[in-house]
Amino acid sequence: MGGGLLAQQKALAIETPGKLGIPLGPYGDRSPYEKAVRWRRDTKTPETGSSFTPLQDSVGTLTPSSLHYERHHAGIPLIDPAQHRLIIHGMVDRPLSLSVAEIKRLPSVTRIMVLECGGNSGSEWAATTGTDVQRSFGLVSCSEWTGVPLSLLLKEVGVQPGASWVIAEGADACRMERSVPLAKAMDDALIAYGQNGEALRPAQGYPMRLLLPGWEGNTNVKWLHSLKLTDQAYMARDETAKYSDLMPDGKARIFTYRMEAKSVITFPSGGQKLPGAGLYELTGLAWSGSGRIERVEITTDGGKTWVDAKLHEPRLPIAFTRFRLPWRFDGREAVIASRATDETGYLQPSREALIAVRGTNSGYHFNGMKFWKVHADGTVTNVEV
Amino acid sequence: MWRCNAIALIILTVSLPLAAQSPTFGVGRPPTPEEFRELATAIAPDGGGLPEGSGNVAAGREIFAAQCARCHGPKAEGDVGPVLVGGQGTLRTARPLKTVGSFWPYATTLWDYINRAMPFDKPGLLKPSEVYAVAAYILNLNGIIGEADVMDAKTLPKVRMPNRDGFVPDPRPDVGEKARKP
Repeated sequence: MGGGLLAQQKALAIETPGKLGIPLGPYGDRSPYEKAVRWRRDTKTPETGSSFTPLQDSVGTLTPSSLHYERHHAGIPLIDPAQHRLIIHGMVDRPLSLSVAEIKRLPSVTRIMVLECGGNSGSEWAATTGTDVQRSFGLVSCSEWTGVPLSLLLKEVGVQPGASWVIAEGADACRMERSVPLAKAMDDALIAYGQNGEALRPAQGYPMRLLLPGWEGNTNVKWLHSLKLTDQAYMARDETAKYSDLMPDGKARIFTYRMEAKSVITFPSGGQKLPGAGLYELTGLAWSGSGRIERVEITTDGGKTWVDAKLHEPRLPIAFTRFRLPWRFDGREAVIASRATDETGYLQPSREALIAVRGTNSGYHFNGMKFWKVHADGTVTNVEV
Repeated sequence: MWRCNAIALIILTVSLPLAAQSPTFGVGRPPTPEEFRELATAIAPDGGGLPEGSGNVAAGREIFAAQCARCHGPKAEGDVGPVLVGGQGTLRTARPLKTVGSFWPYATTLWDYINRAMPFDKPGLLKPSEVYAVAAYILNLNGIIGEADVMDAKTLPKVRMPNRDGFVPDPRPDVGEKARKP
């Protein structure tokens, strides 16, 4: 046994004789052989737009901070935390201005949580759907977040009777503004300053952001600098003109905050190629803004039959849950998809069922199933090409 | 006077349980007037927060040409920036055109957004009266107010936007079969 190990070491030494590695560094980087990057849709102004997480390259359930999806409306501000303050005002007994250091002094909580853009999978409403999982489902990421419960700060300021909304505003150039019901602010909202064991990245709201578990990304206001308690929603541009869902009857749904249960197969997925027939393990990610994932089913025959996938533990509420299923590709065309059920009993619908109710002009909040076609030669494409 | 005191007494009595919630950690300090001025600028749909000042369509036309047209087009028809006019009557069609005139439910949102976010590369450039003027011009281009109308803290919240009643609450879950028991 020991001889076997020694032989291995000798073999390695012969491969790289006397070659020193690189010196130690102060801040780590990934292997130069790893190439996964965000994909960014071209926009007329480089300060606005979205960049998509490479879900097809993800392993496990956490998204590295450097690959977290981004959606910015007026660029990424670089804020000196010593200069930044959060004011809490409006219908409160004691308006407060807090420094970053003061917020960090308060009791904190840490939770792993998924964040999904309200516009994620917007491509799927169209007759021609997204060609790969990154571009069609990549505006979602999962991180460990650390911060102070907003309810604690609201107790500090003393919310006055009659207040029912919190108007959140960020310190980016467009001072992103959203109205948040007071009930959500008191329930599980966080003022987060930590992500994946370090400070938030500037692109994620450094030095602090609002986190509203399960709610569309845009409401999780980054670079948070103002919370105003009011008795009415403020009908901000980004909750009326944007992030509202236009229905076939011409009415638009407003304040569609919660992201419903969703899942997608990340391997094999569009743009990948299976090297040949054989045994593979299908895998993907499921999540729900309403709680835990209870079940993920997979079809390999275009939706005729469904089989339960194995779910990785722990299954945390409002977090990525990875699923797997062994599958034998026999070299014949197969149409595969996944569908998730969350702890409320809600089942992820088909794309057709969503369109039957909402039409194709709603733009946001798509959570339908994603079908991939595995062709006889092993190439994988979207189905609605 | 007595009436006022009686009301004050009632308010005091009702708010006693809340007043008893004293702060636990004692962090922070009251915001400074500068912080209020810089950070507390959000405008309510009833006009709450709108500053003094006023602007008319003619003034707005000039400011728009100088500051806005290079992105939104000379007649707000859209270019690098989105189209701001037209689209009324399209929301139920296959190609809805969502603009200030066809889609936005409140004129206060227009003032608030110009003030906080425009011009795109120089937000905060316009003074309150200039924001009123640009809002007046865009509303006029959409046929919502007349050429002679003046926008200020009193008149702007009273503007009735065409799509004011076009929004409904979130009815979800609205799609999908009931989950089957394993």
